[in-house]
Amino acid sequence: MTFTSTDLEVEGAAAGGETAGDPAPSSPPASGRRLVRAFLHDRAALACSVYILLIILMALAAPLLVKLSGWGPLEFDQSAVDPNLGGLPLGTAGGVSAEHWFGVEPGNGRDIFARIVYGARVSMTIALLATVLTSVLGVVFGLLAGYFGGRVDMVISRVMEFLMAFPALIFMIAVLSALPAENRQFLLVGVISFFGWPYLARIIRGQTMSLKEREFVESAKASGATSIQIIFKEILPNLSSTIIVMTTLAVPGYVGTEAGLSFLGVGVVPPTPSWGQMIASSVPWYAVDPAYFLFPGAFLFLLVLSFTVLGDRVKKIAESGEGRA
Amino acid sequence: MIRFLLNRVMGMVVVLFLVCLFTFVIFFVLSPDPAVQICGKNCTPEVIDQLRANLGLDQPFWSQFWTFVSGLFVGRTYGSGPNAIDCAAPCLGYSFQTSQPVFDMIAQRLPVSATVAIGAAILWLLAGVSAGLVSAVREGRFADRFITGLTLTGMSIPNYVLGLSLQFLLVVTLGWLPFPQAVPFSEDPVQWFSNYLMPWIVLAVGASAVYTRLTRANVIETLQENYVRTARAKGLSPGLVWRRHALRPALTPIVTIFGMDFAGLLGGALITETVFGLNGIGKMAADSITKNDQPVIMGVTLLAAFFVVIGNMVVDLLYTAIDPRVRVGSAA
Repeated sequence: MTFTSTDLEVEGAAAGGETAGDPAPSSPPASGRRLVRAFLHDRAALACSVYILLIILMALAAPLLVKLSGWGPLEFDQSAVDPNLGGLPLGTAGGVSAEHWFGVEPGNGRDIFARIVYGARVSMTIALLATVLTSVLGVVFGLLAGYFGGRVDMVISRVMEFLMAFPALIFMIAVLSALPAENRQFLLVGVISFFGWPYLARIIRGQTMSLKEREFVESAKASGATSIQIIFKEILPNLSSTIIVMTTLAVPGYVGTEAGLSFLGVGVVPPTPSWGQMIASSVPWYAVDPAYFLFPGAFLFLLVLSFTVLGDRVKKIAESGEGRA
Repeated sequence: MIRFLLNRVMGMVVVLFLVCLFTFVIFFVLSPDPAVQICGKNCTPEVIDQLRANLGLDQPFWSQFWTFVSGLFVGRTYGSGPNAIDCAAPCLGYSFQTSQPVFDMIAQRLPVSATVAIGAAILWLLAGVSAGLVSAVREGRFADRFITGLTLTGMSIPNYVLGLSLQFLLVVTLGWLPFPQAVPFSEDPVQWFSNYLMPWIVLAVGASAVYTRLTRANVIETLQENYVRTARAKGLSPGLVWRRHALRPALTPIVTIFGMDFAGLLGGALITETVFGLNGIGKMAADSITKNDQPVIMGVTLLAAFFVVIGNMVVDLLYTAIDPRVRVGSAA
């Protein structure tokens, strides 16, 4: 049996329409095997995962790849640029050649391939760390607010409202520009997560509030489970698909935010390369050396696209599995 | 209703106060001494002390904060004696770089940012809502899948990548648009329009993708509601069902995010303005970051927060006007 994501989507919508108001015992829960099978038949999702895996591999194997290509990310190659043309790369397409696979930076002749590879390291580390931190914060505060309610809920909800009303981008920039430049990567993760967690927490809170009224929580309470046990053993497992979906959907945002902040000059500090920062430094050259802009731009766009499509698909599969119960 | 309004205004004031405090703490605690910065290279300790006293930096934190906040409402005076400088009521201080009042700098640039925001908003509302409607009507067909694919792409492309690509394609390679030049509307409307065209498109692409998805999901959901089924069953023509029963509840949530997005843009489209060299609030903020011009960064942060908070409140009020369900809820 072959079904594409759109079939699934229609099936899910139909199930939602017919059985609305009825918890639909007929539609099976999102079992792991079904998820994987639906996923394997979805060519777009598969292609996106392959690209993301490639980038992760590239980031992990950066030192090896750079050895293979022969140029490190911080090495200058003055022989690859033309000093008479203001440092424009020699050769076509920004100096693409057997020696420099993606060409070189105009001006100082640093190898773009090496900088892309090392930039992937920075971008992926920041995006993934930010995702982990945001998820932990979002889940913990969401669970606390939803489960305990009352004063705890009020305090957490007010803080969330406050953070979401904040002009986050400008504020991130203000904070990062005021902070010292050491450990920028970790500061970036901290700042992104600080403003990111309320979006997950809000949803976790809502679901926890409805889950805690269910029978299995009551029976756990009756058999003497502590609040901690109920939260982690009874409620948290039921939130797993929500958490997976929300996290996958959040990753592209973090990749983009990191690149954007680096683009504005408050992100990763040179000479450490990051894709956003490479794009920023290509701005003065884009008219005469478009390749310098094109490589990091394409890599960044494809990465964000892959995460977005993947998140979209995972969401649909999870929804159709749940039958929108 | 009045109590609701009062509540909202109180909440707004609290948020703005906290934003103020937060920003102030960060600059007070973390950033290098502005007096040293202003003074420059050939500086004596006496001059630095004098500068500190003039800027009020020798005061303890709370008194500095109080001077700043009260400066917003009643103005403040820098220094004392014959050299004193008065800063009138909404006083956001003076730029360390240009020595201009921050408030005037913002007021000068606000029209540019507002033009960017208004044009982009019109574009993305039109494109987003109509694409979302088409997508919902043709759910599951080719048009729907095509639009869905487009929205995913539109959401994913970072606006500076899109901006630079557009500029390269339309200006450098194809020559369809002239190079951006700063001209007022009255002098050369065509040049003026083409200056803003690309920023509008760039901002609208990402936003309209989000609006398309939202519209599509809402319309599809509404069409499954019982009252729509009832309307169909009682024999209303499809057009009437759409107009009277489906569109209004489906489009109400759009109002919410539109208010927030638009308000957010008024505080400056940092990246887009920087890419296209538009002299708006966003570019000013980006420039002052590199120069570490704290009063300007603080002024812009406060302004942006102000717009977002006001936007939130207007949305809440509009919501009660548009959506009868909310009205019933608040009365009960």
